Amino acid sequence: MRRRGSPFTGVGVVLAKEAADYLSGARMWVLEALVFLTAIAAAYAAILSIRANIGESPFLFLRLLTMAQDPLPSFIALLGFLIPLVAIAIGFDAINGEFSRRTLSRVLAQPIYRDALLLGKFLAGLLALTIGLFSLWLLTIGLGLLFLGLAPNTEEMVRMLGFLVATIAYGGVWLAVAFLFSVVFRAPATAALAALGVWLLFSLFWSVVTPLVATLISGPPEGIFGPNLAYLQTSQILDRISPNTLYAEIALALLQPATRALGPVLYSQVQGALLGAPLPAAQSFILVWPQMTGLIAGMIVIFAIAYVVFQRQEIRA
Amino acid sequence: MAEDVVIRAQGLTKRYGPTVAVDHIDLDVRAGEIVGILGPNGSGKTTTILMLLGLTEPTEGRAEVAGFDPLRDPLEVKRRVGYLPDSVGFYDGLSARDNLAYTARLAGLSRREIDHRFAEALDRVGLPDVGRDRVSTFSRGMRQRLGLAEVLMKRPSIAILDEPTATLDPHSTQEFLGMIRGLKSDGTAVLLSSHHLDQVQSVCDRVALFNRGRIALSGSVTELAHRVLGGGYVIDVEARGGTARNQLAAVPGVVRVQVLGPELYRVHCERDLRAAISRAVALSSDLLGIRFAEPSLNEVYTRYFDEVRDAA
Repeated sequence: MRRRGSPFTGVGVVLAKEAADYLSGARMWVLEALVFLTAIAAAYAAILSIRANIGESPFLFLRLLTMAQDPLPSFIALLGFLIPLVAIAIGFDAINGEFSRRTLSRVLAQPIYRDALLLGKFLAGLLALTIGLFSLWLLTIGLGLLFLGLAPNTEEMVRMLGFLVATIAYGGVWLAVAFLFSVVFRAPATAALAALGVWLLFSLFWSVVTPLVATLISGPPEGIFGPNLAYLQTSQILDRISPNTLYAEIALALLQPATRALGPVLYSQVQGALLGAPLPAAQSFILVWPQMTGLIAGMIVIFAIAYVVFQRQEIRA
Repeated sequence: MAEDVVIRAQGLTKRYGPTVAVDHIDLDVRAGEIVGILGPNGSGKTTTILMLLGLTEPTEGRAEVAGFDPLRDPLEVKRRVGYLPDSVGFYDGLSARDNLAYTARLAGLSRREIDHRFAEALDRVGLPDVGRDRVSTFSRGMRQRLGLAEVLMKRPSIAILDEPTATLDPHSTQEFLGMIRGLKSDGTAVLLSSHHLDQVQSVCDRVALFNRGRIALSGSVTELAHRVLGGGYVIDVEARGGTARNQLAAVPGVVRVQVLGPELYRVHCERDLRAAISRAVALSSDLLGIRFAEPSLNEVYTRYFDEVRDAA
């Protein structure tokens, strides 16, 4: 039987309330402070390094994000590590928290569908994440302006904007994972642990798992006549299941304009290419388009699973 | 649906796999009526409430709430129904006002309506000065009152209250029951689920007794007493004169006359016979007093489940 009324009734109200909660909550302040301090430290360390070698690269602002200076990793490496933690911290108790506070039945007794509650909460989480990342993005540019004494050119701005969008999508994937576990598990601690487990799997163990699985599927990495291409392709496909890999490839192609390919390259493919010459921004975007859509699609698919599970749940709290 | 029937369930059924939680129940609630739903834990009361609210889908049967099908038009139903769950939860970090403003905005109230109704509702539940206080500082009783204030803000035509007094002290309970009577005088139909039989009896016009997913009995307490205890109408008569007992026994509809004292008789009858008894006694004796002794719901409930247990 078809239900009457829009499933989006009340999304705006839920979004406004949840975004206010996220942005004003102590948890968010602590996480944002952590991200800001570490990322700014990484950017500052990069600035010191760039100032010593100024004039080496036409994309100094991009190097601000990619350059690592011991003992700190690069800005993008830090983001890749910390953004999932922030997203999980935002979303791990989104739905089960409503159950444990016994607010769910009260809220759903109002004229809204549960679709609106889940979507409103997810969009609010994404908005909080976006506001945090956008502020960080502006702060980094400001630091660059201040300490390098240079303004970023249009190409750099476009690439950095693309990177910002990719970072939000990457955060969105982890937010969706946290939401899924918050729907599946009634205890927030269990949901947080499960989400952190998935994060650890992809950030630490995936690079160990993929060669093993690829070897099982396509044989050893080295064949009789050199590298086993089937192994490389299988390994790459498996690697790209991880959102971390997709995000790292996007960062690489967008922030290092000389990147011309994101996988094994045959000798025949590089004939005639000017190695080391930067690609135009549009070409870099074409290069990362599959990864970008992969991240967004991953976010939507995981959210859709959470949605289906939530729709089937009994509301008794 | 008859004009004044605001809740109607027909053959409403809910199954969870092989388990039947609610089994073909029929229930009518009229406007301005308070109907109590009673029964042991797991007898299907809350599942019925959730189906009426459109929060869970019936496996079979249909319901109409405020003229709408909760399955097809849950938003319209929820616009007209105020629901107070048992041990109601709030966002502890928010103030009472922010908590209620959130659900009021979800219910579609404007900012002006919220301001106006919020003060009025808090006043009515006896919490006029706590609007700005965080809910984390509230006692359980205050939370229940705040939950009722949320229902009042909605100005619903139906209020569904699930165990609203379960966590209240006796004084707060009496105040809360007074507020429920207030809803009735506003013309709101109230569906009250509770385990406190004396409370249900004191406020409800009718009760429905749930057992294993079915409504085993329904009607006024007196009607239930008649069916379960037999001769459910009990009238105590104080009369002076030798023939009073015979006069009472001769009234059509009287089942039994008990002599409680020299001038005190307890009359068990099939229906409310106060007027006929007064007339009969006046023929030969001096009628000193007549009192309609309401049967106890507690007694009805206990006897019914004793019989069910014995039959099993």
